[in-house]
Amino acid sequence: MLKPLGDSAILIQLGDAIDPILNQRVHALDALLQTIPAVVETVPAYCTVLVHYDPLETTYNQIKNLIEEKISHLDESTHRPSRRLEIPVLYGNASGLDFDLVATTLALSPSELIRLHSEREYTVYMMGFTPGFPYMGILDERLTLPRLSTPRTRVPAGSVAIAGSQIGIYPVDSPGGWHIIGHTPLKLFDPQSETPFLFAPSDTVKFIPAQSPSPIGRGARGEGK
Amino acid sequence: MIEITDLTGIATLQDSGRRGFNRFGVPTSGAMDWFAYQAANSLLDNPPNSATIELGLGEITFRALRNTVISVTGAGYEVENYIWTFPMWTTFYVRAGWTVHVKKTSGGNWAYIAIAGGFDSPVIMNSRSTYLRGGIGSALKTGDVLQSFTPDTDLLKLAARNFPVDKFMPYSQTPTIEVIPAPQADWFTPKGIRTFYESEYTLSPSFDRMGYRLQMLPSPSSAKVIEKAITQELISEGMTMGSIQIPADGQPIVMMADAPTAGGYPKIANVTRASLPLLAQCEAGVSKIRFREVTVEEAQEKYSVIARRVLFPTKQSQD
Repeated sequence: MLKPLGDSAILIQLGDAIDPILNQRVHALDALLQTIPAVVETVPAYCTVLVHYDPLETTYNQIKNLIEEKISHLDESTHRPSRRLEIPVLYGNASGLDFDLVATTLALSPSELIRLHSEREYTVYMMGFTPGFPYMGILDERLTLPRLSTPRTRVPAGSVAIAGSQIGIYPVDSPGGWHIIGHTPLKLFDPQSETPFLFAPSDTVKFIPAQSPSPIGRGARGEGK
Repeated sequence: MIEITDLTGIATLQDSGRRGFNRFGVPTSGAMDWFAYQAANSLLDNPPNSATIELGLGEITFRALRNTVISVTGAGYEVENYIWTFPMWTTFYVRAGWTVHVKKTSGGNWAYIAIAGGFDSPVIMNSRSTYLRGGIGSALKTGDVLQSFTPDTDLLKLAARNFPVDKFMPYSQTPTIEVIPAPQADWFTPKGIRTFYESEYTLSPSFDRMGYRLQMLPSPSSAKVIEKAITQELISEGMTMGSIQIPADGQPIVMMADAPTAGGYPKIANVTRASLPLLAQCEAGVSKIRFREVTVEEAQEKYSVIARRVLFPTKQSQD
């Protein structure tokens, strides 16, 4: 369950699946780990937490013991309350390049596709790929599709996309192989800002279908905590 | 304060890295060769996190706009200051108006140019490190004027120092890179593991700050790919500089300073901190690289000795 990744990181594996309950445990443990002094930073993912530590302040065995102690308290720890964000999305082909194709492939009407995508609340399982990119799930089974066979060389920032059981939003223009079904005007990454990221791991997310393009700023962030 | 008058290759400002944002998908960045970077600062009594110029695969010429002291470290370069030529790992006084030329030779990729006091540039997310793909900072270019902080120490005391690099970092064209088995080491067959440790590699020409792709050198006895026992996809998990991924083609890719924070290829091993500088300075198509397994304890002990020498130099000045 605990394995070294080099001489300054340790990987904690809590399971081996993309699963909401398992991922909640990951985030609960991630919160407990922040109090260990030699921890430089942590990376919570689907079913693992990677702990980067300073080997000049601790040894592998010392930090392993401290982490094991935190894991033993994991079950009685109350899950950290997550933030809930509402994200406006303009669905449709104008801003979501694959919207019509996805609807046709899945044999859904445009309004059914929008309803199935926006009625659920999703969790940010982990962040990665590019700065501020949230990996969210779980998508309704009726919307699962494999990735594009040939990834696009440029997906515009703000694209809301699906692949398998996951939802993602592209923070910056980048290559990408997911199906784009909509666009959000919110800025997901701003390196110059005091708060550079719209999302954080373990956030709860609800998509709000927008009727037409509107200049919604970052003020539309959800309630804190 | 200096003005860049000519530049080829890629030059960026780098410090010891941007920590705390991996969880949001922001790479750590920082110097490719942490040891040369820290030594450049330590030679000038700069604070350990000071920004330096990292010069890769090219040359830079700059003019001092004030009297200052400069240090240059790394591998594969030499320095011309006014009319003299210096080896790297030294400090030298540069009078206002003099021109310094950091010139490419062979035997490495990256040079670190530090200035007394450290370079001043905007701090973005707790760091002055440039991350070009994420739009954090920008590449240096001809005409740029770089500001620096006022050093605490008298300039004359900083000049003409040198660092005993050979005692601490054995840069080589044929390095043995020490690694620790990674969490998915058991995803490979015993034969695959043997292939990994018995093969000789060189660096592919398409390397960058994100990753070093290695090419297995032909040998009559060994296999051509690192064989896997498990071929399913790994659920994405965090990774670090030095993580060695084996993608579907069976050839290793070592994650470097600008590597993604997480990945989905199995990791066979992880380069130790003590060996990262040796790997960073390997030359594409020239260097011959081998891997050797060590324990975490061995790696941490070795790192501690060399890191303390560049991070807390005054404590050891009696040695």
